[in-house]
Amino acid sequence: MKMTRLAAAIAATMIAAGPTLAETLHFPSLSYRTGPFAAGGIPFADGYSDYLTLINERDGGIGGVPIRQTECETAYNTERGVECYQSIRGDSPLVLQPLSTGITYQLIPRTMEDGIPMHTMGYGRTSAVNGEVFNWTFNYPANYWDGASVIINYLLDENDGSLEGKKIALLYHNSAYGREPIPTLTRLAERHGYELLTIGVDSPGQEQGSQWLQIRRERPDYVVMWGWGVMNPTAIQEAANIRFPMENFIGVWWSGSQQDVLPVGAGAHGYKALAMHGTGMDYPIYEDMQRYVIDAGKYAGTGDEVGTVLYSRGMYAAMLAVEAAKKAQEIHGVAAITPAMMRDGMANLEITEELMAELGLPNFGPAFSVACENHGGSGAAMIQQWDANAGEWNLITDWIEPDRELIMEMAMEDSLAYAAENNIEPACLN
Amino acid sequence: MPDTLLFAMEAALNGLTAGVMYALVALGFVLIFKASGIFNFAQGVMALFAALTLVGFQSGQIPFSHLINAILGTRLHHFGWNMPTLLAIPATVAVMILLAIVIERFVLKHLVNQEPIILFMATIGLAYLLEGFGDIMWGAEVKALDVGLPKGMSDTVDELTFNWFGYGFFIDRLELWAAGIAAVLVASLTIFSQYTKQGRALRAVADDHQAALSVGISLRYIWVLTWSIAGIVALVAGIMWGSKSGVQFSLSLIALKALPVLILGGFTSIPGAIVGGLIIGVGEKLFDFFMNPIIGGATENWFAYMLALVFLLFRPQGLFGEKIIERV
Repeated sequence: MKMTRLAAAIAATMIAAGPTLAETLHFPSLSYRTGPFAAGGIPFADGYSDYLTLINERDGGIGGVPIRQTECETAYNTERGVECYQSIRGDSPLVLQPLSTGITYQLIPRTMEDGIPMHTMGYGRTSAVNGEVFNWTFNYPANYWDGASVIINYLLDENDGSLEGKKIALLYHNSAYGREPIPTLTRLAERHGYELLTIGVDSPGQEQGSQWLQIRRERPDYVVMWGWGVMNPTAIQEAANIRFPMENFIGVWWSGSQQDVLPVGAGAHGYKALAMHGTGMDYPIYEDMQRYVIDAGKYAGTGDEVGTVLYSRGMYAAMLAVEAAKKAQEIHGVAAITPAMMRDGMANLEITEELMAELGLPNFGPAFSVACENHGGSGAAMIQQWDANAGEWNLITDWIEPDRELIMEMAMEDSLAYAAENNIEPACLN
Repeated sequence: MPDTLLFAMEAALNGLTAGVMYALVALGFVLIFKASGIFNFAQGVMALFAALTLVGFQSGQIPFSHLINAILGTRLHHFGWNMPTLLAIPATVAVMILLAIVIERFVLKHLVNQEPIILFMATIGLAYLLEGFGDIMWGAEVKALDVGLPKGMSDTVDELTFNWFGYGFFIDRLELWAAGIAAVLVASLTIFSQYTKQGRALRAVADDHQAALSVGISLRYIWVLTWSIAGIVALVAGIMWGSKSGVQFSLSLIALKALPVLILGGFTSIPGAIVGGLIIGVGEKLFDFFMNPIIGGATENWFAYMLALVFLLFRPQGLFGEKIIERV
C-alpha cells in the first residue's frame, strides 16, 4: 500500500513538474565531447544546444511546445553513433544531426526504415540531394561537391576565368569523408584543363612529412584541403614550414575553424577556407543569446566558444531545425509534431534573406528553398581568410555559386545507382 | 646527380628526423617494460597529460575550472598570469612524479606478482582514466604549445645542400632540435643507469626482481622511480609533438607509432628504441617516395606495421631485445 502511495506521489510530482514527454519536441544531439576529435565536436554541440535553449527561454519553445534536448556521446565513432541512434529511435527524435560522414552512411538506411529525418549539413552522402531516393535525408544548404565546385569557381575568378595548365593538389583525409570531392574535382579538371594531384593522409593525420615533401617537389599552384581534427593544424604548420604561399592554400569548411589555425600561430596568416555561414559576434542574435542563455548561466559547455566558427555552425544547424519544425507545424496545423511531420517541414523549408534578418542573422547563411528534387539547398559558400594578427576570420568574398548543373548530374547518377542496389523506387513522399 | 636520387636523399633525411620523434615516444615504453615487465598502454596518454599540464601552467589556466564553474556557477578560467616556460616545465615534472606515486600507490602496489596481462589490462584502464581526468582538469579544446623551440625550414641545411647538389633539402628545425634533445635524453638515461646508485638499483630490478629484493632494493621505490622517468620522457615527447600541431586529445594516438618501433628495436633496449625509430622513419618515407606513384599515398600508417610484422617473422625479440631462450 505504501509503495502504491509512493508511486502515485512520484507520478503526481512528475506531472506537476512540467510537460510530459509527449508534449515536448525532442531534438537529440549526437555529439562528441571526448576522443581525438572532441575539439571540433564540442563547439558544434554547444552552439546547437544554446540556440535550442534560447528558443525555449525566449519564445517558450516552438509554437508553444517546449523543446526537449538529449545528448548522446559518439566520440566520432561510427559504432557508437549507431548505438546512440538505437537508444533514441523510439523516443520520437524530430531530426538527427550525426556530425560524422561515417555515422551518416550507417544511419541512412535505418532512418529510411524508421521514418526519422536526418540533416547532414555540409557533410554525409552528397547524392542525398536527390530527395526522390533519399526521402529522409537532407543536406542543405551545401554539400561536399558544392564545396569543391565553389573552390574551383573562386580560383577561376582569381585567374581571369582560366585554370588551363594550373596544377591543383587535393590533400585529403583518407576516409569516406576525405575522398568525397575527388569525383567532382576530376570532372572539373576535364572541363577547366587543370591538373589534379590527389594526396591522401591517413587518420588522424599527425604525421604528414611525406605528403608535404611531395607537395614541395610537385610545386602545385594551389593546395585544396579536405581535413578534420588534428590533420588541419598539422597541414597548415607543414605548409608554413615549406613556405608554401598561404593564400594559395584553401580548406573545406571543416578545415576552417579557430581550432585549425590557432595552434600554428603567425604561420597560419593568410590561410583560406570555405565558409557555409557567417562567423563572429556581429549578429543581432547574440544580444538575445547573451541575455537569455549566457547571462542566465544556461549555456552548454563552458560558454567560451560563443561566436567561433564551429559554434556558429552548430547554432545554424539548430536554427534550420527550428525553422523546419515551424514549417511542419504550419503544414499540419498541430504544434506537437511527429518525426514524419518534421520531414515534411524540412522538405518544404524556405529560407529567405528577410527571414534570416528577422531571426537576427542577416546574411549569415544563403537564401534557399528545399524541394523533393533538391534536398541540398543552394550550395553557395563564401571564402574566408585567417588574419593571425587580429586572430579572426574575415570573409573575403560574397556567396559563390557552385556548378549545380554538373553536381546534380553526378548526384543523379550516384543516387540512382544507390536506388538500384537497394531496391528503392525513386519517388517523392509529398 | 639525378633528381630522383636527390629527392630520395631528402626523403631519407626527413625520415631520420621523423624517426627520432617516434623514438621519443617509444623510449617511455622501453623504460617501464625494462624495469617492471609492463607494457604501458597509457604511455601515449601520459604524453598528452604532460603536454596539457604544461600548457595549463604556462597559460595560467585554473585546473578543474569547468567542474568548479558547473558546480558553483562561477566563471573562473584563468589565474590572470602566465608562468614562464622555465618554471612551467619543472612544475609539470613535479606533477608527473606525483602521478607516478599515485599510480604505484593505487594501481601497481595491488598487482604485485600478477600475470603480465593483468598489469597490461590495468594500464588500459589507466589510459582511459587519465584521458578523462586530463579532460576534466584542463578541458578538451585545442591548445597552442610554445616553449620557444624554432619551427620551419632550416635555411642552413637548405643552403648547404643547395651548394653541394644544386637542390636545397627541406628539414624542419623542430625535428632537428628533437634529434638533439633525444641525444641528450639518451645520454642522461645512460649516465643515470650506469653511474648512480638509483640507476644501478633500477638495472638490478630489471635483471631479476627476486634477487634485487633479496639485497634490500625496494621494488615500490624503483617502480615510482621508473614511472617518474617515463613521465618525464612522456613530457619531452608531448612537448615535441604538441609543438608540431597543438595539444589536443589525438596526441595520445602517437603511441600507435611507437609499437612498430618497439617490435623492431626490442622492448628492453634504449638504443633499440632509437635505431627502431630511425629504421621506421626512413623506411616509411622511402617507401612512400618510391611506391606513391604506383599504389597512391597514405602508406605511412600501415607500412610501419608491415615492416614490424616482417621483423617478427625473423627476429621476434627485435634488433636489440633480449634473446628468447626456452628450455624444455
